[in-house]
Amino acid sequence: MMRSLKRVAPQLLTLVVLAALVSWFFPGFLRIELTDGRLVGPVIDILKRGAPVALLAVGMTLVVATGGIDLSVGTVMAITGAVAASALVSGWGVPVALVLAMGAGLAAGFWNGCLVSVLGIQPIVATLILMTAGRGIAQLITEGRILTFTDTGFGFLGSGSLMGIPVPTLLWVSTAVLVALLMRRTALGLLIEAVGVNRRASALAGVNARGLIIVVYMASGLCAALAGIIATADIRGADANNAGLWLELDAILAVVIGGNSLLGGRFSIAAAVLGAMIIQTINTGILLAGFPSEYNLVIKAVLVLAILMIQSPHLASEWALIRLQAERRRTVRGQEGTR
Amino acid sequence: MLLTIRSLTKSFPGTKALDGVNFDLVAGEVHALLGENGAGKSTLIKCLTGAYRRDAGEIRLDGRAISPGSTSEAQDLGIGTVYQEVNLLANLTVAQNLTFGREPRRFGLVDGRAQKRAAEEMLQGYGLNIDVGRDLGSYSVAIQQIIAIARAVEVSGKVLILDEPTASLDAAEVAMLFDVVRRLRDRGLGIVFVSHFLDQVFALCDRLTVLRNGQHVVTERTDGLDRLALIHHMLGRELEAVETQGHAEGAGVQKPEMLRFDGMGRAGVIEPFDLKVRRGEVIGFAGLLGSGRTESAELLFGLRRARTGSARDTDGPLTIDTPQAAIAAGFGFAPEDRKTEGIVADLSIRENIILALQARRGWARRLPRAEQDRLAAQYIESLDIRTSDAEKPIGELSGGNQQKVVLARWLAMNPRFLILDEPTRGIDVGAHAEILKLIGRLTEDGMSVLIISSELDELVVAADRIIVVRDRRHVRELTGADLTADTILAAIAADDSPDESSGKNPVAIAAADAPKTAKEVR
Amino acid sequence: MTFKTLMMTTAATLGLTVAAQAQTVGFSQIGSESGWRAAETTLTRQQAEERGIDLKFSDAQQKQENQIAAMRNFIAQGVDAILIAPVVATGWDSVLEEAKEAEIPVVLLDRRVDSSDDLYLTAVGSDLVHEGEVAGQWLAETVGDAECRVVELQGTTGSSPAIDRKTGFETGIAGHDNIEIVRSQTADFTRSVGKEVMESFLQAENGGADICALYAHNDDMAVGAIQAIKEAGLKPGEDILVVSIDAVPDIFKAMADGEANATVELTPNMADPAFDALEAYWKDGTLPPKFIQTDSALYTQDDDPAGEYEARKDLGY
Repeated sequence: MMRSLKRVAPQLLTLVVLAALVSWFFPGFLRIELTDGRLVGPVIDILKRGAPVALLAVGMTLVVATGGIDLSVGTVMAITGAVAASALVSGWGVPVALVLAMGAGLAAGFWNGCLVSVLGIQPIVATLILMTAGRGIAQLITEGRILTFTDTGFGFLGSGSLMGIPVPTLLWVSTAVLVALLMRRTALGLLIEAVGVNRRASALAGVNARGLIIVVYMASGLCAALAGIIATADIRGADANNAGLWLELDAILAVVIGGNSLLGGRFSIAAAVLGAMIIQTINTGILLAGFPSEYNLVIKAVLVLAILMIQSPHLASEWALIRLQAERRRTVRGQEGTR
Repeated sequence: MLLTIRSLTKSFPGTKALDGVNFDLVAGEVHALLGENGAGKSTLIKCLTGAYRRDAGEIRLDGRAISPGSTSEAQDLGIGTVYQEVNLLANLTVAQNLTFGREPRRFGLVDGRAQKRAAEEMLQGYGLNIDVGRDLGSYSVAIQQIIAIARAVEVSGKVLILDEPTASLDAAEVAMLFDVVRRLRDRGLGIVFVSHFLDQVFALCDRLTVLRNGQHVVTERTDGLDRLALIHHMLGRELEAVETQGHAEGAGVQKPEMLRFDGMGRAGVIEPFDLKVRRGEVIGFAGLLGSGRTESAELLFGLRRARTGSARDTDGPLTIDTPQAAIAAGFGFAPEDRKTEGIVADLSIRENIILALQARRGWARRLPRAEQDRLAAQYIESLDIRTSDAEKPIGELSGGNQQKVVLARWLAMNPRFLILDEPTRGIDVGAHAEILKLIGRLTEDGMSVLIISSELDELVVAADRIIVVRDRRHVRELTGADLTADTILAAIAADDSPDESSGKNPVAIAAADAPKTAKEVR
Repeated sequence: MTFKTLMMTTAATLGLTVAAQAQTVGFSQIGSESGWRAAETTLTRQQAEERGIDLKFSDAQQKQENQIAAMRNFIAQGVDAILIAPVVATGWDSVLEEAKEAEIPVVLLDRRVDSSDDLYLTAVGSDLVHEGEVAGQWLAETVGDAECRVVELQGTTGSSPAIDRKTGFETGIAGHDNIEIVRSQTADFTRSVGKEVMESFLQAENGGADICALYAHNDDMAVGAIQAIKEAGLKPGEDILVVSIDAVPDIFKAMADGEANATVELTPNMADPAFDALEAYWKDGTLPPKFIQTDSALYTQDDDPAGEYEARKDLGY
């Protein structure tokens, strides 16, 4: 417990600093109220708005842990949203829409996984194929327009709330917890890390690396499907052109801010979803602070750069040195004190 | 005195890698730096070349105190280093590599002709007759090694550090390299030579310094030094005679057959071969690199799929087409290339030990943490793995200890047939002996072991039976009195005619119970 | 009768036959990147059919080279006119000259080119600034003298619709000091970002209580924002007035439900004025003005939004 807390300490600290920074520009940032039985406030908005990226980050963390990358998740969101919306418009009902959308996500992941694992195509290239072609598939499903539906049951997944908490928040938190438990209570986490560090050695030790790689891409596809369902339910329509656009990059950024190496190996899902919340806090903070929109991207870039610099291993070792020296000085002084 | 090091100290979290070490280097000498893995050799070198910052102590070059902060700073001071893995750019030409960063220019552009000329001048006196306009990668490792030395001498010029330069060279190449080193010594350079090969140390070096556990043990002249005494210095204990172990006595007892491979082969990789494995037996594969010895083992383990042949045990046929299937059949395989195929560097010792066991149990049935800790502690203790902690990443261990962890991974599976490809490569004398002893213990418990090794003495000591592989074929099987390094060498070097080898070889007389020693395995 | 006169008679007869037959018009469309463009294609086809014009359609898939190839093809076929929605502004001189030499009139739809204006017959398009102005004027009339704090959802930062529609709206409310734009942010012309940005506006403006009206640079952002307003417990269209631009079907649905108040039409029906001009030109050579501005019609809840929705929903938006 203490060890996992220590692992996510940099991310938690970053969140605290960001919250303080946003509060300075927008004093009501931490205010939370209960209106009409639902919690309302900027923080709640962040927890809700960050859901798609947080969900993508969960899947992306697993893919990255195997040394891969999944560029197709934004597009898979568009495809699954289109599938769900067209199922609803056709009057097939919410359960069918959900099953079809998740099936589409799993199929997309299976495709990616096979390209990477069986054909041995570089992950960045393999998933680029679906990233570009997939949006066309989504447009074919929606016939190029925003497919609007009125089903309130499905809309509940995007904008409803349970016990005052937004449903998207509940969805990403429970997904993250479930996946994290699955990884650490079974041996999946260890085996994925082993494949990510050294696939050949793992295969020699009898680890089914090929199967595992397919499984992580499928998990990523499923997470993208959930994100796509939330995004579609949120606006009650499937926007094939814009749903999930560039979110794969935010998801990768979340994984990296979470301190996970893109080279694969050790991973932390908790840190990755905290990374997603950091990104969303920046986005929402910029909106609340009310700067002209021309500044948005620059501010975001500067903040992200600052966060990554603080987490850089090179700087970290420098800091460890400084701290060590400070400690030594303290002990020396302490010894002098006792004399 | 060219280089003096006094009271050099360097600590890492949990260990003291160097503890007040002294070292001297005279101009015009080759000075060997010896020690087991983890003795502190590489830390000492890294402090010298600026890769590490020392905690305390003093380094003087030509009487002047120095404190290099980076490799390039060390180079500018006059200290150049050549590593086992050549750190030049294989896709540039030899000339470009030699003049890299200092290209002769004309009108602001690189002057190709002057560059070639400069490169040729630099290579003079190295006995190389090569085209400096060709890509570095098109030359053998030995020549690349010499080019790397030429560059290091050119940019540094006072102290040359050679870190395991001969590890991947054959005998002729080693001789060529030594010529170069001697010539540089005669030119007045101070050369530090790090190697595991004691023969080479005695052949080349004027003096040697032994480190053990981060401390300076002894510095002596090599001529007149007793080899056993040297090993004693390095190990801090007598190397126990491992040679009592018994193929001699074993020849009398027919062990029961456990596994049988018939006609295993794959076109272009290895010709079909048969192999019988008896219970508790040690089989050796001998042959040159690229002869097909490793490929044979890969076929047995399902790492490469055999196109022909079958495997069976006493209960019936086995299908071995993947490592998983081989593991399920009770096989284990510790590969030759530890770094890329053996260890999972970022994971801890504990995780590396239980990896195969966990893979066999499947992902859903996680090995309980208490059981993992118990296994890790057990093997750290029984194999004497030197580490402060089972949670340390395996990548931080020395080569010998990494090898022990890979062995532990397989021992934890309790396999019946364990394949060890070059189990002692690149590890020090002490660990070497321990691993051979361990193999002996394992076979007593009924495990069968297949060893692939280029060290013939090691094979002779360890194996009950040796199969010689040559040109992708299993050409001879040696047992009993034939188990000598000389016979193996003769078999490796023999003309490729079976009749001749079985008929005329004076030692090819069958032992009472063994099959024909000079058996042609198709 | 000489052979020559025979030939001439035949030619004259053929000429008469051609004149009596339908005119042929080539249409080089950019592609189908948005619903609006799909609607433009659908409407152009409908208009051609109603007028008995034989329309040859070519989809350029966002590539200028495809458009130039299509135009050369039309010229070789000897069509009576060419409609083109140019994908970029530059690089049209030579192909327009070829059309001019072949005496084929060219009409630009929706977008303009940098070439000299004697190379084409006319250009049909909307005025982005004017659209914003109409929206601003509607708001000024609607609120009268009451204080009104407006939040604005901009299009993609730096795009010409975003710049022009912002300028136009500011012109429309100029002189009405009671109307003030208090927050303005980009929402990338998309529904989901429109919703997200509106949520932050609501948070920042006292839960939405301080917001009187929303101006969105397109309907999609407004539709997203309407969701956000509803989820914040407010009534869009009453608590917060909603005015936007484009007139896509979904905004009419929102207006029919009383959740949006007004939209300014960017008509996808560019073909109607284009064919009017062409028919006049074919008849007696009348030259139209070089730019024909389409109506920026204002639609409110009083303009039968439910009916408009039904009329538009199958145009391919």
